[in-house]
Amino acid sequence: MGGGKNKPGAPEKLIVNGKRLDGRKPDELRPLTIKAGVIPNADGSCALQLGETHILVGVYGPREVFPKHLAEQDKAYLECIYDMAAFSTTDRARPGPSRRSTEISKVIADSLRPTIFLEKYPRTKIDVYIEVTNANAGTRTAAITAASVALADAGIEMRDLVASVATGKADGHICLDLFEVEDNFGEADMPLAMMPKSKHITLLQLDGEITQEEGEKMVEMSMKAIEKIYDAQKRALKEKYA
Amino acid sequence: MEQYKTLISSLLEKGGRRDGRSVTEYRPIQVDVNPIPRANGSARVRIGKTEVVVGVKFDVDEPFPDTPEEGILIVNAELNPMANPDFEPGPPRPHAIELARVVDRTIRESHFIAVDKLVIKAKEKVWVVFVDIYPFNDDGNLLDAAALAAVIALKNAVLPKYDEKEDKVLYKEMSKKKLELNEIPILTTFGKISGHTFVDFDKKEENALDARLSIATLPNGSMCAMQKGGVGPMTKEELFMLFEKAVEEGKELRKLVK
Repeated sequence: MGGGKNKPGAPEKLIVNGKRLDGRKPDELRPLTIKAGVIPNADGSCALQLGETHILVGVYGPREVFPKHLAEQDKAYLECIYDMAAFSTTDRARPGPSRRSTEISKVIADSLRPTIFLEKYPRTKIDVYIEVTNANAGTRTAAITAASVALADAGIEMRDLVASVATGKADGHICLDLFEVEDNFGEADMPLAMMPKSKHITLLQLDGEITQEEGEKMVEMSMKAIEKIYDAQKRALKEKYA
Repeated sequence: MEQYKTLISSLLEKGGRRDGRSVTEYRPIQVDVNPIPRANGSARVRIGKTEVVVGVKFDVDEPFPDTPEEGILIVNAELNPMANPDFEPGPPRPHAIELARVVDRTIRESHFIAVDKLVIKAKEKVWVVFVDIYPFNDDGNLLDAAALAAVIALKNAVLPKYDEKEDKVLYKEMSKKKLELNEIPILTTFGKISGHTFVDFDKKEENALDARLSIATLPNGSMCAMQKGGVGPMTKEELFMLFEKAVEEGKELRKLVK
């Protein structure tokens, strides 16, 4: 997080009378809707909206590996591609991969890999294509939540879903699910992903300075929110197959 | 594919199609206006199972030296592999570039956008209009869906404010200004299989096409852009017939532009 409140354009306060600038309480998630099976061509898909963060995920596979040398003899090869639509950001985003999107693609794949029975699909590839159509902070965590629903929708065998959310620090307060203003002018941001049943954490990043106590509080807050997100994921899958 | 082609052409022989449509009938079309809050204007168009989202973004830049008193239009298409199992990740390939360029010509050559009204300071500062096309499910006829979505996104776009002193676009502060627009161009694409022509091919039909012809038309019946695709030839008689049909189909599709 760069410079926090010293950056130009920063609001005077991020928390006013215990409420955040978008009216939420510190531990409140933005409105969340998840829909499975939205891309007819894909084997599995998901549309997710978390406030004004909009994500679309399409999954293809297990299918033939191309190029062939990527094939693994004992398990499936998982590839995630995270991309931001040109119109998804305040200034137009230049199409094509960037260093940022390449790293995010990698950490998303790393966060999903532990839950998939990759060994059941040797010599195949599973492609997870992620498009951020509207970005308002928390896109990587929303992408992970949506991608695991799309993988389940594709019928790929998994130990559990993966649910994800970020916590952060704004004006010294620990807050759940930062939105853009807090993301830009807050002090810290910590995305976390977890397999809710086993409570195994599969993604953790931190950007900004926090104390050990704050770190513990943020992990606890994320885990609590993940239970809620997990329910929404399961509901989306049930709705499609009901 | 060969099987489908035989089936499709035997149906066309009787004037019918696999899904029961006539040769002049589009699949159901659904339009959402401004689904993308971050875009300065946007539209989602679904034609049957084909889905395309187009977003418009504005910027300010120097004009091109050969058009010092005109704004700049840039049309780009990104074929996300989620839309079609045959799309591959990577920089735009010919298919994506053709899609963008045909939509570009539809808008540019119709003079739909009054580009002379996009000048902030002649020879120095003009508005740039970015039109970004994102198909999310390709079930055939991306061209017509993309062109329709582009026109609707442009029609609903609002310009952000521009701080001339600081030379900065204030994306968080929208003006009330919309684009000044002229008559609405509509792109209509015809497929041809075994001598039969028809509108709005789905993916199975698209894979079996001998040829296709896209025609952009205006309300007064004139045409402003065309693109023939596919290896099969077309006859003069076919062209003349499609010129007329494109204008007719255009009238119907134009009603969807809100």
